[in-house]
Amino acid sequence: MTATDLSVDGVTLTAGAHHLVRDVSLTARPGETIGLVGPNGSGKSSLLRTVYRVLRPDTGQVRVDGGDAWALPVRQLARTVAAVVQDSAADFDLAVREVVAMGRTPHKRLLAGDTPEDAGLIESALLAVDAAHLADRPFDRLSGGERQRVLIARALAQRPTLLVLDEPTNHLDIRHQLSVLGTLRRLPTTVLLALHDLNLAAHYCDRLYVLHDGEVTASGPPSEILTPGLLAEVYGVAADVATHPRTGAPHVTFLPEEPPA
Amino acid sequence: MTRAATGTPVERTVRRRTTGPGAGRRTRPAVTSLVLTALLLVSVTAGLAIGSVHVPPGQVWGIVTHSLGADWREPDWSRARETIVLDVRAPRVLLGAVTGAGLAVIGTALQALVRNPLAEPYLLGVSSGASLGAVSVLVFGFTLFGAASLPMAAFGGALGALLLVYATARTGGRITSSRLVLSGVAIAAMLTAVLDLLLLTTDRGNETRAVLAWTLGGLGGVGWGTLWLPSTALLLGIGVLMAQARNLNLLLAGEEAATTLGLDVARFRARLFVLLSLVTGVLVAAAGPIGFVGLMTPHIVRLFVGGDHRRVLPTAALAGAVFLVWADIAARTIAAPMEIPVGVLTALCGGPFFLWLMRRDARRGTDRGVA
Repeated sequence: MTATDLSVDGVTLTAGAHHLVRDVSLTARPGETIGLVGPNGSGKSSLLRTVYRVLRPDTGQVRVDGGDAWALPVRQLARTVAAVVQDSAADFDLAVREVVAMGRTPHKRLLAGDTPEDAGLIESALLAVDAAHLADRPFDRLSGGERQRVLIARALAQRPTLLVLDEPTNHLDIRHQLSVLGTLRRLPTTVLLALHDLNLAAHYCDRLYVLHDGEVTASGPPSEILTPGLLAEVYGVAADVATHPRTGAPHVTFLPEEPPA
Repeated sequence: MTRAATGTPVERTVRRRTTGPGAGRRTRPAVTSLVLTALLLVSVTAGLAIGSVHVPPGQVWGIVTHSLGADWREPDWSRARETIVLDVRAPRVLLGAVTGAGLAVIGTALQALVRNPLAEPYLLGVSSGASLGAVSVLVFGFTLFGAASLPMAAFGGALGALLLVYATARTGGRITSSRLVLSGVAIAAMLTAVLDLLLLTTDRGNETRAVLAWTLGGLGGVGWGTLWLPSTALLLGIGVLMAQARNLNLLLAGEEAATTLGLDVARFRARLFVLLSLVTGVLVAAAGPIGFVGLMTPHIVRLFVGGDHRRVLPTAALAGAVFLVWADIAARTIAAPMEIPVGVLTALCGGPFFLWLMRRDARRGTDRGVA
């Protein structure tokens, strides 16, 4: 199987008295690319954390190919679900290749060495994010964008059937934003990603879920749900939505605030 | 794509050497290990040869191989020399090697487990906890576990101290360098104070002096009987850590990322804390708290072989052994016939190293005190 069927059923997540995520349901069919959009603090990262098993939902279920993701051993889940998270630190001297090699860990037995197959997967993961030339560089000397690409390569080397990414285009320049999202789009894998940029989300995702205050406000194909009314409600800004003549995807232009009357 | 080189020229050279492409990467750790093994042999020979009675290296080898049953050399040494080499110096040198290796791998693993380059059993108060445990046994005479009471109590003390430091240093899922070192220092100070109090109020006058000397860390006066427990603990420690080397690597990626890469971080950390406390306890019970070996060795080793634990752990073990054997040689020759506790010497080297490391991290901006 190359793609996972993900379904999030009525997940609620609280921190103290505060709701981070409230009764969210979401599905990603095998091979789909699903985008999560919404303003800061709308619960995108928290929701993703319940999927890659860092925050346990208070109620509701995360099901991966029908099974409860939280009932599996962490290691077994890691063979199916890979994630690119925002918390990334490495102050230790690891070369880029070694960082990507971490992605092979859930597939390795105790004391097993790296095989030529592993080396090949690492190499092709680096190629996919245009980072093959960085392989021998120390990870902690890379720029933010280079690091981000390497972390995506690590997730690819994990050979997941569901890839979860939290703001993967952060720190990337325009060229790499497009190439990374293009790569993700072409993967046979199911992809769930949080994105800041609505136009990128509209262009690269099959369907979007719009989160607002921890709840799903709208969901569906980008062309159906990205409307000025929704953007005004969720983001509190005026916007113009047109169909882009070249790409055919909806294109959002935010309008500057009117001067006070 | 530019490949802009960063860092000072020296750093660039070091990095190029350590992370050079292709085959060089694979052979270098082997070369490093080979060089270190040779160095360890030389160091052990020196440890057996040097002292108040100088025994020439050739004779050292003659005595050692003779005792192992190989008669390639006609015995031309006195019985006294044989006793000095085999019964006085050999256990001491070997304990030095075992302790150095053990402290180095403990430091390596601890730095990964708390994700902090300044972690080390001595600085974190783990050694103080072990000392307190061991001294309690000596002072109160607990013998619940028979001959193993001392190391068991040291293990308990080490584990207690480690958990305490970890719990106080951790806020919001992160441990900042400053917080970690401060909790370590504070807890070490408290434990040492309790220990001093115990020693001062106990009425076993003669023992107190011996125990006080031991709390400074020293390898003197050990016999073959002292050796087997630390050696077993070392082998156990290295074995388990090597088996877990990939998982230690995952911790370098951060806790959340490590989880997504298949590591149950909380459980893994708990288990390794127990293991590291056990090894620390046994080593401290045998050699007293010896500081900074666990701090310096991993950092120096990483400069040569990079950060992958599969290479750092064995290399650090060898380097730590070499370092402590020489430190002990210095400890018993510098002020001969007086002996300086070896812990005093390692602190003399380690203190400045610690300060340098702290400043380097501040420059790199990796002290997550601001995070």
